[in-house]
Amino acid sequence: MPVLMILLMGAGIVVLNLPAGGLMRRVAFPLALVLLLAQALFALAPSAAEGLGWPTTIFGITPLADSLTRLLVLSIAIVGIAALLVGQSRCLDPGRRFNFINLLLLCCAGMNGIVAVSDLFTLYIFIEIAATASFVLIVYNKGRDSYEGAFKYFLLSAVATTLILAAIGILMMYAGGTSFEAVGRALAGGPGSSMALLAVLLFLGGLFIKSGLVPFHGWLPDAYSTAPNPVSVLLAGIVTKATGVYALIRLTTDVFGLSQQIAAVLLFVGTISIFVGALAALGQRDFKRMLAYSSISQVGYIIVGLGAGNALGVAGAIFHLFNHSIFKSLLFVNAAAVEESTGTTDIRKLGGLSSRMRFTGVTSMVGFLSAAGIPPLSGFWSKLLIIIALFQAGHPVYAALAILASLITLAYFLVLQRRVFFGEVAAGLESVRDAGGWVLVPSVILAGIIVAVGVFFPYILGSFVAPFQGFAW
Amino acid sequence: MTLNLGLLILFVVGAVVTVLVSNLLYSAIGLALTSVVLTLIMFQLQAPLAGVFELSVCAGLITAVFISAISLTRPGTSDEREPRAAARIVVLPLLVVAVGSIFFLANLAYRLPTPPAATVTEVREVLWSARQFDLLGIVLIILTGVFGVAILFKERINRD
Repeated sequence: MPVLMILLMGAGIVVLNLPAGGLMRRVAFPLALVLLLAQALFALAPSAAEGLGWPTTIFGITPLADSLTRLLVLSIAIVGIAALLVGQSRCLDPGRRFNFINLLLLCCAGMNGIVAVSDLFTLYIFIEIAATASFVLIVYNKGRDSYEGAFKYFLLSAVATTLILAAIGILMMYAGGTSFEAVGRALAGGPGSSMALLAVLLFLGGLFIKSGLVPFHGWLPDAYSTAPNPVSVLLAGIVTKATGVYALIRLTTDVFGLSQQIAAVLLFVGTISIFVGALAALGQRDFKRMLAYSSISQVGYIIVGLGAGNALGVAGAIFHLFNHSIFKSLLFVNAAAVEESTGTTDIRKLGGLSSRMRFTGVTSMVGFLSAAGIPPLSGFWSKLLIIIALFQAGHPVYAALAILASLITLAYFLVLQRRVFFGEVAAGLESVRDAGGWVLVPSVILAGIIVAVGVFFPYILGSFVAPFQGFAW
Repeated sequence: MTLNLGLLILFVVGAVVTVLVSNLLYSAIGLALTSVVLTLIMFQLQAPLAGVFELSVCAGLITAVFISAISLTRPGTSDEREPRAAARIVVLPLLVVAVGSIFFLANLAYRLPTPPAATVTEVREVLWSARQFDLLGIVLIILTGVFGVAILFKERINRD
C-alpha cells in the first residue's frame, strides 16, 4: 500500500509538471488532496488496496504492511492533509503554493518509503528524500532565520547520514547483506562482535539526530520555528517522527533487538530529552519555539517507552508517536492561525485571544491538555501505557520522572494558554478575528481526532498498536 | 600497506583542508582532490565501478556545480566573515585526533569478513535486479533536488 502511494505521488508530480499552461497549477491542490485522502482510506481499510489487485511483491521487495506501518501511513496522510490545507491560507504566497504542493508530495512519498521498506540501505535512501525535501521547505520563505534553521538541520543531518552510512557499511560486512532479516539474524546469532555493537550505536546516534533528541537537538527549535507555517506542521507533525522515531522503533524491535545496553541508552537519552525539552519550553517567548521544545520533550516519552523494553512499552511508544503527530500538528496549525490573525507569534504581544478566536482557543486547549496527558484525551492513554510499562519493567525511578515531567508539560502549556488566549485582550488586537477556513478546518478536524482517539482508544490500540509485536490486549 | 596508509592520510588531510579553508573556491577544489584520493582508495579496494562513479560524479560533476554556484555569489562583506577562523583551525584537527584516539584506545575487534570483490556484471545485476526499489528512491531524490534548485535559484533569478 505505501509503495502504491509512492508510485501514485510520483506519477502525480510528473502530471502536475506537464506543460499545460495554468491548468496544472489549478489542479495541484485537488490532486494532492485526493492522493492523501486515498492514502488515509487505504490505511484505515487495507482491504480497499487489496481489492485493487495490488501485488504483494513489487520492484523486488515485499513492502512491510504490519500495523505499525499502517499507523504511520495514516499519520502521514492526516498530517499531510493538514499541511496542505494550511498551505492554501494566506501564510504562503499564492504564486508559490504550486512548488510547495510538489515538495509536500515528494516528502510524503519519501516517508511512505521509510515505513514500507525492510532494508537498511533502502531505508537510508528514503530518509534522505524526506530530509532533502524538508531542507528546501524550511527555506521556502527565504528569510535569514529560515536559512539559519535549514543550515543547522542540513549540517546535523549530514552528520547523521555519515553515522548511518558507516553503520550500514559495517553491518553489511558483518551480516553479508542489508536486509532487516539478514542483519537481525546475524546480530542475534553472532558472537557479539564489538564492531557490530559499534555499528548499532552509530546507527542509533544518527537516528537520535534525526529525531531531535538531546543532546542532538540543536537544529530542531530553529527549523520548526523559522519554517513557514504549513512546513512547521509537516515537520513537527510527521517528518521527524518518520525519519527518526519510527526508524528507531522499527530497528530496535525488528533488527537490533532491545538488549539491556540499548534499552539503557534509550531510557537515559529519552529521560534527558523529556526534561531538557520541557524546561527549555518554559523559558520561551515565541509560540512556535515553545512548541518546538515541547516536541523534544514528547519524543523523549516515546523513546523512554521504547526503552522500557517490554511489549507494553513498545505499544505505548507507538501509540504516543501517533498521538504526538496529531496534537503537535494541531498546535502548529493553531500557531499558524494566531500568526495569520495577529501577525506575530511573540507571546509577550499576545493575550485574550480566546474571546476573539473562539475556535482556535478551544482547539488549542484540547491540544495542550492532550500533550500534558490529561484524561480522557488521547495523550493521557499513551503516557499511561508508557508509565505502567516502566513500572512493569522495573524502572520506578524513570516512571516517577516521566510523571514529574508531565506536570512541567502541564505548567508550560497552561502558561502559554493563559498568556495567549486568556485574560485581557492585548493592545492592538481588539479587532482580531479567527483565521480563515483553510486553517480552521484542519484545526477542528485534528482536535476531533484527539477527542475521538481518547474516547475510543481501545479500538485504536486493538487495531493499530497491539498487533505489532503481539502485545496482548 | 604503506600505499594504503599514505592514501588514507592524504584523504584525511584533504578533507580537513576542505573544511578549514575560508575561501569557498579553494574548499571546492580541496573536495575534488579528496574525491580523487578516495577514487584511488576504491581502486585499491578492488571496487573499480565505485571508483569511476566517485571520480565522475563527486570529483567531476559536483565540483563543476560548486564552482558554478560560487561564480554566481557575491563576495561577503567584512561583518559576514567567520570571526573565529583561528579557533576553528585548532578545534577541528583536535576533534579528529580525539575521535581517532578513542577508536585506537577502544581496541575494537576490527576484523570483519572481507566482502567479495564486485565485478561489473554483479553491479549491473545489483542495480537492475536486486535493488530496483532503490532506483525508484534515487529517481525521487533527484526530482526533489530539481525542485530544490528551481525554488531556491529560479525564483531568485526571477526576482532579480
